[in-house]
Amino acid sequence: MPHNISAPPPEQYALSRPTYTPPGVLRSALIIARKDIQVELRTRSTIFSALTFAVLALAISFFAWDPTAVGPTDLAPGVLWVIFTFSGLLSLHRSFGGEQPTRAADALIAAPIEQEGVFLGKALANLVFIAAIQIVTVPAAALLYNVSMGPIALPLAAIVLAAAIGLVAVGTLFSAMAVTTRLAELLLPLLALPFFVPIVICAAQATSKLLAGRPAADVNGYLRLLVTFDIVAVVVCTLTYPSLIEQ
Amino acid sequence: MRVSKLAVIAVASVIAVYIRAIFFTPADVLQGVVQKILYVHAPSAWVAFLAFGLVAITSALYLWLRDPKLDYIAASSAEVGLVFTSVVLVTGPLWAKPVWGAYWTWDARLTFTLVLWFVYVGYLILRDALDDRDMRARYSAVLGIIGAALVPFIHLSVYMFRTMHPMPVLLKPSAPSMPPVMTVTLVSSFVAFTLLYAWLLRERYQLELEREAVAQREMTRSVNAESLA
Repeated sequence: MPHNISAPPPEQYALSRPTYTPPGVLRSALIIARKDIQVELRTRSTIFSALTFAVLALAISFFAWDPTAVGPTDLAPGVLWVIFTFSGLLSLHRSFGGEQPTRAADALIAAPIEQEGVFLGKALANLVFIAAIQIVTVPAAALLYNVSMGPIALPLAAIVLAAAIGLVAVGTLFSAMAVTTRLAELLLPLLALPFFVPIVICAAQATSKLLAGRPAADVNGYLRLLVTFDIVAVVVCTLTYPSLIEQ
Repeated sequence: MRVSKLAVIAVASVIAVYIRAIFFTPADVLQGVVQKILYVHAPSAWVAFLAFGLVAITSALYLWLRDPKLDYIAASSAEVGLVFTSVVLVTGPLWAKPVWGAYWTWDARLTFTLVLWFVYVGYLILRDALDDRDMRARYSAVLGIIGAALVPFIHLSVYMFRTMHPMPVLLKPSAPSMPPVMTVTLVSSFVAFTLLYAWLLRERYQLELEREAVAQREMTRSVNAESLA
């Protein structure tokens, strides 16, 4: 019995062809973020070194001041936020640096997704990493510096999150810039640290106010500035990122 | 050597301002002669901000129009601006030591100027670390725009500390709080420094154009040599 192997009529063929719709910006951001987190969970290279660095730096910093002259409550906020910035930089570099040796960066450019999505996904993954580092570092600071952070946990968490979003937005963009330059990872702190000044000032001042027992309403001004910084930084960095990678 | 009209006017007006400032403007009663550093410090700060404003504007325009000339202007303005910012950072402490008793304090304006100085040092280092012309232009334009968007936050955050810097004596809602003879000197120093900036910017921009022309010629020559071989 002869098989009917003739092709379907053209109009039917056209309908049966699978159509591909690329994911939207937010959807592709989630895909990229999941990829980065998955890679990190498998290699566990960045998070552990950044964590070790953070706790090590906490320990070292304690000996940089005279404990009889400066009380741990006065010392903790400054130390915490300086370490936050530097451990953040440490993990931010991996964000795009990890894509370079395997040329995976080219695949990200060629992928049929919006580049804004790539940026947001990278930033989201970095936010997860930095939050994970903070979840360990802040209690470690409370423990090592013998400061009670329990009662201020909620406002402190809000400040940590607000500071982390700004740091991640600016840092992710500069990380994308730095890896393709001749200076590579050396350039990231040079570019990023001046822009971290508002984050460190607001977060450290707010933390020391909270630790001094002032009411949470006293730090509203700092929190507002941080949140405004976050909004502007996320919007500007997301919109300018595609200009970096176009060919 | 070619000497442009702008160069003559700029240098002459700077000299004129300092003749007036040194010989014909009285020194401050309390601060003494050290107050005259104001006629270098304040106009340099003005030019520093003007220069960085131009970097921000030309950066944004570059990403929109993609004219390499805009990138050259941004680069030139950043370099000239950095020089004037350095002048601000050097003359400030020279004045502060006798008046405040310390070269440096973490006052809002000082901190802000210092951070701004670092932002633009970063800008120039970034440019230097990129060889590809297009990439350099795009990257530095992005940094210029981010700088314009986030520098106000640096300003706000450092002002959350108390400031001890003298408040503006000229550009404020009420009348200038300086004797007219000083005001005239200060205003003319602003004009002279703006001219000086315009001249240096143009010279630096010309240099950039010539460098580009040389690079183009080198490239053509090497392509020709290859095709002959």
